[in-house]
Amino acid sequence: MADKIKIAQYWGAGCGGCDVALLDIDAKILDVHAIAEVVFWPIGFDGKLSEIEAMPDKSITVSFYNGAIRNSENEHVAKVLREKSAVMIAFGSCACFGGTPGLANVTNKKEVFQTVYKDTASTDNPDFVTPQTQLKVPEGELDLPEFYDSVKTLDEVVDVDYFMPGCPPTVNLIALAVDAVAKHVTEGADLPPKGAVIASDKTLCDECDRERVETGRRIEKIYQSYEIKADPKKCLLDQGIICIGPATRAGCGSMCPKANMPCRGCMGPTKAVMDHGGSMLSALSSLLNITDSESKLSEEQIMELMMQVKDPLGTFYAFTLPKSLLKRTVTEKRKRKG
Amino acid sequence: MSGPIINDTPTKTTEKKITIDPITRLEGHGKIEIFLNDEGNVANAYLQVPELRGFERFCIGRHVQELPVLTNRLCGVCPAAHHIASTKALDAVFDAKPTETAKKLRELFYMGQYTHSHIAHFYALAAPDFVLGPSAPSNKRNVLGVVDAVGVDIGAEVIKHRSYGQKVQEIVGGRATHPCFGLPGGVSKQISEEERAQMEEMAKSCVEFGKFTIKLLHDVVLANQDYMGLVLNQDAYYLETYYMGMVDSDNKTNFYDGDIRVVDQEGKEVVKYKPSEYLDVIAEHVEPWTYMKMPFLKQVGWTGFTAGPSSGIYRVGPLGRINVCEGYTTPLAQAEYEALAKTVKDLGVTGPVHHTLAFHWARVIELQYATERMLELASDKSITSDDIRGEVNEPTEGVGICEAPRGTLIHHYASDKDGLCTKINMIVATTNNYAAINTSVIQAAKALIKNGEVSPGLLNKVEMAFRCYDPCNSCGTHALNGSPALEVNVRRADGSKLDTLRNF
Ligand code: SF4
Ligand code: SF4
Ligand code: SF4
Ligand SMILES: [Fe+2]
Repeated sequence: MADKIKIAQYWGAGCGGCDVALLDIDAKILDVHAIAEVVFWPIGFDGKLSEIEAMPDKSITVSFYNGAIRNSENEHVAKVLREKSAVMIAFGSCACFGGTPGLANVTNKKEVFQTVYKDTASTDNPDFVTPQTQLKVPEGELDLPEFYDSVKTLDEVVDVDYFMPGCPPTVNLIALAVDAVAKHVTEGADLPPKGAVIASDKTLCDECDRERVETGRRIEKIYQSYEIKADPKKCLLDQGIICIGPATRAGCGSMCPKANMPCRGCMGPTKAVMDHGGSMLSALSSLLNITDSESKLSEEQIMELMMQVKDPLGTFYAFTLPKSLLKRTVTEKRKRKG
Repeated sequence: MSGPIINDTPTKTTEKKITIDPITRLEGHGKIEIFLNDEGNVANAYLQVPELRGFERFCIGRHVQELPVLTNRLCGVCPAAHHIASTKALDAVFDAKPTETAKKLRELFYMGQYTHSHIAHFYALAAPDFVLGPSAPSNKRNVLGVVDAVGVDIGAEVIKHRSYGQKVQEIVGGRATHPCFGLPGGVSKQISEEERAQMEEMAKSCVEFGKFTIKLLHDVVLANQDYMGLVLNQDAYYLETYYMGMVDSDNKTNFYDGDIRVVDQEGKEVVKYKPSEYLDVIAEHVEPWTYMKMPFLKQVGWTGFTAGPSSGIYRVGPLGRINVCEGYTTPLAQAEYEALAKTVKDLGVTGPVHHTLAFHWARVIELQYATERMLELASDKSITSDDIRGEVNEPTEGVGICEAPRGTLIHHYASDKDGLCTKINMIVATTNNYAAINTSVIQAAKALIKNGEVSPGLLNKVEMAFRCYDPCNSCGTHALNGSPALEVNVRRADGSKLDTLRNF
């Protein structure tokens, strides 16, 4: 048998869900075992970073990097793996767009430390001790990675070959990627073009089987999920529940709408758009008849409706803030203020 | 199958500092620094958690109804635990009483989580140390090595039943990793009779697999003198601490609901509290060499990394729960609990089990309980009722607590009248254990490394001291949240302004 290919899976600022997703391919794990040797995967394997650093460049066939870049260690390991890997995949929405931890980009290190190490109800820290990157202890010195002011996506710090969105990526998507790599290794098949997003190009609504109002769609009032009992058959948006399916990439099998809950966009925006929330707002404006010249709602009524979305950031950018255009606006505002 | 490799040959080091980075087979990041003195003995050790994400900051300003979905992302290994604690916190915030059906569905879903999580930990993270041995070559010491050693058939059973746990969560909770069904006062989705029947079948199979796992633990670990030597090594793996865990009104373990009980080193009840009272019992200490906080019992106080009655350090998770409970409501788990109690008694131990490696035994008993409870709930035909949503009132403040696989999990939210989160505090399972874990690591390092002699196997035995806690540092490093007052211009991709949004 030919030599096994080498794979690595690492987590930056993520939750481990992407690692569990790899376990969720179940029996396919044994296929992977047949062709691949895992050289680095801290959740389940004992390889240490020093061993990776000692490897020749490009000697790892594929690295899957999940989690965002929150601190200097995340960035360092991303750079090491990039150097040592032929193919680097941004695995999951945190690596691709910043993910949920990316919501922290509305704040900064100072505020985070203030809340976490001081203001939280159970914290007992009268001297406001905070973690230090360099510290002398009686026995010697200790160091910690530096917590950055903002969250970065993987492709902001290294060159990324492929993107696999999803929080976490679905089993189907992973199987697709595993097959592509396996075919490449065993049969010499071509890999997808560099920069490709390994996912569908459709929108979630295309794969959602809820009934939509076909003509004259109109929202009269916006509801939170807990305020009404949503009809399990009809489009949630038509019922006034903000579902961001129209702006979200298909591929999950519309899991949340199937559970009678709105999509929050974990697959990220569709191919055509960069700004997830902006794209959803355009979709929403047409639903609110904003772009229709025969709009029946007045400007005021529209604003009133919009204001019913109490938390636009959490509703439209729960997974993509670091990649959105908003980020710049938010940072600019901060700079101007301070 | 050749026998496990317990020991390897140490070599002499002249280094003053030994670094294990990253520590592995845990969920999340960590590194251990061990300092040696001039004689080559351990002066001190630190388990540093190098990361923080700061959910407690960026969840401020979010709509509280989104928190079960956002806080899922604290941890992809036990997202269900966060989803449940968060949903229960919403029950309290909205003063909403979940319906009977909703409660059963949440608990059924949650037993799926335990099945997945405890199987994953025992077979993928812990078993390599037991089946292959703590000193087996590091590139073999993993789940694939275990599969090679025990055979593909058993490997397939492990995979199948862990995935049943995931499947149950997916059916009830909408998704396995990062579920979405929790609403204040209920759940979003009714289940069909067909789904219920499917879950009943899976649960039956899981109960059998629970029995198999208990047998495996007996055959591989308890029957092996060398392992028992490790387990009973009081110099390396033994701490007399307080314990914490959730119990029902009969002091039987419950993962979903109940009061939280704390016992002392002798097993005597120190306090039993309701979720809303947690701030009377727990405070969190901060050290400058790690990003993770260290909770301790407020009434005892923080005295550093020591055990005993004068130190506020307590332990949670399987060992904590088995020490605070007076048994289980299901027969097979109860029988194994009695077997453990007898073994321990025969060894002359009275009161709580302080042997750190007994975590593993407690965990498989809990796996058995979770599968049995899953079967009870899945066999209950009333869970397909459409009565899944209770009344909801104006949002205020509330606390939700459940037992995560790794220990007591606390979510505490405050909301304004529009439902926007104004304050959030979370104390997660692994964080509760952090001070004890660090103490265990210091203890194991001191006991195992002498005269500067180290080996990969010895260092792995130091790692075993934390691994048995099944620490989930992803969970523990949540602390960060959103801008309280934000005004943003939303622009289209071409830069034209679409709208100005405010969250104030
Ligand atoms: S993408 Fe989702 S599942 Fe993956 S690490 Fe990030 S939060 Fe976890
Ligand atoms: S808006 Fe949501 S519920 Fe409606 S069709 Fe699209 S994905 Fe389905
Ligand atoms: S429906 Fe939306 S939020 Fe839910 S899994 Fe699919 S893409 Fe993610
Ligand atoms: Fe966790």
